[in-house]
Amino acid sequence: MTPIELYIHIPFCVKKCLYCDFLSGVFDEKMQRRYVAALCTEIKYAASTHPGCIVSTIYVGGGTPSWLSEDLMDAIITTVKNCFKLDPLAEISVECNPGTLSSEKLNVYRSIGINRLSIGLQSANDDELKELGRIHDYNRFLHTFDLVRKAGFDNVNVDIMTGLPHQTIEKLDRTLNAVTMLRPEHISAYSLIIEKGTPFYEKYKFDAVKQQAGMETEDLPTDELSYRLYKHTMDFLEAKGYKRYEISNYARNGKICRHNVGYWDRVPYLGLGLGAASLFNNVRTSNVRDIYKYVETSEALEKGVSLDFELSSPYFESEEVISKKDAMAEFMFLGLRKIDGIARADFYQMFGIDIEAIYGPVITALRNQGFMDAKEGRLFLTDIGIDVSNQVLSKFLLD
Amino acid sequence: MDQSKIRNFCIVAHIDHGKSTLADRIIQMTGTLTDREMQAQVLDNMDLERERGITIKSQAVRIIYKADDGNEYIFNLIDTPGHVDFNYEVSRSLAACDGAILVVDAAQGIEAQTLANVYLALDHDLDVIPVINKIDLPSADPDRVIEEIEDVIGLEAQDAPRISAKTGLNIHDVLEAIVNKLPAPKGDSKAPLQALIFDSLYDSYKGVIVFCRVKEGTLKVGDSVKMMATGATFDVVEVGYFGAGQFIPCDELPAGMVGYMTASIKNVRDTRVGDTITHANKPAAEPLPGYKKVNPMVYCGLYPADGAKYPDLRDALEKLQLNDAALYFEPETSIALGFGFRCGFLGLLHLEIIQERLEREYNLDLVTTAPSVVYRVYKTDGTMIELTNPSNLPDPSEIDYMEEPIVEAEIMVTSDYIGAIMDLCQERRGQYISMEYIEETRAVLKYTLPLNEIIYDFFDALKSRSRGYASFDYEMKGYMKSDLVKLDILINKEEVDALSFIVFSGTAYDRGRKMCEKLKDEIPRHLFEIPIQAAIGSKVIARETVKAMRKDVLAKCYGGDISRKKKLLEKQKEGKKRMRQVGNVEIPQAAFMSVLKLDED
Repeated sequence: MTPIELYIHIPFCVKKCLYCDFLSGVFDEKMQRRYVAALCTEIKYAASTHPGCIVSTIYVGGGTPSWLSEDLMDAIITTVKNCFKLDPLAEISVECNPGTLSSEKLNVYRSIGINRLSIGLQSANDDELKELGRIHDYNRFLHTFDLVRKAGFDNVNVDIMTGLPHQTIEKLDRTLNAVTMLRPEHISAYSLIIEKGTPFYEKYKFDAVKQQAGMETEDLPTDELSYRLYKHTMDFLEAKGYKRYEISNYARNGKICRHNVGYWDRVPYLGLGLGAASLFNNVRTSNVRDIYKYVETSEALEKGVSLDFELSSPYFESEEVISKKDAMAEFMFLGLRKIDGIARADFYQMFGIDIEAIYGPVITALRNQGFMDAKEGRLFLTDIGIDVSNQVLSKFLLD
Repeated sequence: MDQSKIRNFCIVAHIDHGKSTLADRIIQMTGTLTDREMQAQVLDNMDLERERGITIKSQAVRIIYKADDGNEYIFNLIDTPGHVDFNYEVSRSLAACDGAILVVDAAQGIEAQTLANVYLALDHDLDVIPVINKIDLPSADPDRVIEEIEDVIGLEAQDAPRISAKTGLNIHDVLEAIVNKLPAPKGDSKAPLQALIFDSLYDSYKGVIVFCRVKEGTLKVGDSVKMMATGATFDVVEVGYFGAGQFIPCDELPAGMVGYMTASIKNVRDTRVGDTITHANKPAAEPLPGYKKVNPMVYCGLYPADGAKYPDLRDALEKLQLNDAALYFEPETSIALGFGFRCGFLGLLHLEIIQERLEREYNLDLVTTAPSVVYRVYKTDGTMIELTNPSNLPDPSEIDYMEEPIVEAEIMVTSDYIGAIMDLCQERRGQYISMEYIEETRAVLKYTLPLNEIIYDFFDALKSRSRGYASFDYEMKGYMKSDLVKLDILINKEEVDALSFIVFSGTAYDRGRKMCEKLKDEIPRHLFEIPIQAAIGSKVIARETVKAMRKDVLAKCYGGDISRKKKLLEKQKEGKKRMRQVGNVEIPQAAFMSVLKLDED
């Protein structure tokens, strides 16, 4: 049995946040039902084309999956259970936003086996929440968090963001205090990225360039402040007992997100739903991004219409076979995102060649510059290496 | 063919006065092209030319015109470039003509290049007929411009056609003027062959296509011909004339005709532009008078961004040289840039055009070093070297003195900006010669200027300080003793040879400071701090610092992001490839060129 992970994409949200470039949009319930039906068809199809797999984790992301009514979530998880073999100890996560959960919904979640929730807070300051275009305020988050705990969830993540417009160390402190006080098991702390195609891009694109160039900025924190915000977050969370295990992820008592760690370890995963990406047998694929194309594909499959498709699944929009060199590069740039880095032995086992034969000079150079270190058969980035990890990780790409 | 029914002519004008538009219109009105074939500008068939709105290469076209006298005439229209850098190309084209049309903008009147081109045409004994263009503009004042032409140039202009090449107004008058006022070619088609090469083109099937004007004798298919200067002989495979955008073969080109020949010529060096073609077995006694010999005035290093493309760059330069006799190159090496070529150009525009053609037509990524003029270095041992690469400057102890090339510049400017332009010339070490009002509101300033003060950005400065009202032309005047130093740039304590340049000692400090400031903006932050210094010998005269980068992190990287993030990292790495490694500092290739444009920030 090959252990695999499932990612299930729910592309719906109540309102699009101003910084968000994820594949999601506002659709009515009719469309949501039609989509979930299509999703269940894809789950069945994927199970039939991937026999002999056992599902170790499920991650339902979005969008705002918690916005779906509970019967739809039930339908999705039940379909997975019916079609795939599911590890009894599987981690099953769902992304939630404050204001989209009720105790009834949470009870359904519990009953179908969902055992981990990830709540998008981003900030405990209402002015910042408003600036980000979030649908909730801080009080609403507190209420949601209380519901989650009362429903019995003991593996909960809270997302926060640094590098927000006009953010100061004091404002960040308020958020950090407010979150750690509640003792969630896991905290993800992301630096805001100004992504193309978002309203934030139009608003802050010049500032973003200035920030990157180390110049004075108007609204976004300067490069120097954004560095301090990021460092402060790390120091603060570590002091509160949250251990950093990846660039942006912190966990208490070893409650890491197993699903996400799988991405960095290159465990095979199937992405199901609109635009979802998969890695299987060293082939990276991604599903169509047009929601109508997606549902029509499922509906045609259901009707038994024979479909013409060029890639290896009618759902795929792209398919890329990963060369050995690319696989090695991915192993490095994904694995080194983890604080404990990668094991030399794993590299050898995966590729049948000693890591030094491929990356010897790069590793030596990075170690000499103080960006990388080695201990007990493992290679990992130092703190300053992580700070500039884009620079460091790009050195592992092979020509 | 009746020689009296042939007219070989060109159109000369200041840049933007409408030369190419008029050429288009003439071609259209003579009916050799349907409207559908009519591209915006027929003669400017290189993309680059259209984008820049200027004509780079002279080209020719043969058209048929049925005149009011009932006869059919053959017009050979040769298009010429208008920019000061291309005076040489203009002169080549002019030598193939018997007459010229002078186009003058009805609003702007005579400009510096109008004068320069007219004088060049008169030097070649061409008959010149003036044409007043753009009379449809609200600001047109044709009467004033006609008066100006008569006063300043001394050409009879009272009955000059008043036209709008854009709308097609009165083009017929131009066509009739060509028939009635320009001379027919002379020459005996039975005499020994003398044909002047005025341009050429490399075609991968036909070999070199030689553009020529038959002055005496007849050039036929099958003839055994000899290039009088190089001595190379060939058997003519094809002769023909220029249709619009195509070559049209024929049997022979008699005296008076303009056309082309091919002869399976593979070696580009055998057909020098300016040479005379004659028959191998019945050669002419003498070659035609040569073209004005032009030497490159501006040199720079051209390096392939990817070192493996060095042979490709050499091939591309060889091919360009075929069409462009003014382009010179020889191999050189740089510590910072590796293997490349030191190339000579007519001017900075010529340099930029060659660079862009190499990049676009030959898909080469290039790094260009600071342009330099040719300095004369007189050594203490009594010898003199001509220095085209600043890195080769001998040790100061071996140098007695140095000389730099100077030009005499003519600047035409409206009276409001005379002060500003005089200041500019002063700043550029200009020496005032004279000022003459050609009309109440306009004057011609004459200055002697060191060439190295005008090759970078003089033209831009001139335009911005006169709000576009100044025009400029210059010619080489020789050399002048001068107090020059070599300015070196050190990046992270290492000297970057490709950034060294020779500068007048009085402006070295200022230049060095600006270079450092500019480089500070061009060099991306690294993981460590980078000092940038300007130095003369061992003395540092300016310093800037590129601060270290502290944070560059991808916050998120999950399943769906991996391809995208990989592309991002690849882009980062790719970006580095486009940089030059000097010590452990990566310098963007653009930095080598952009540091030159220091003036207008």
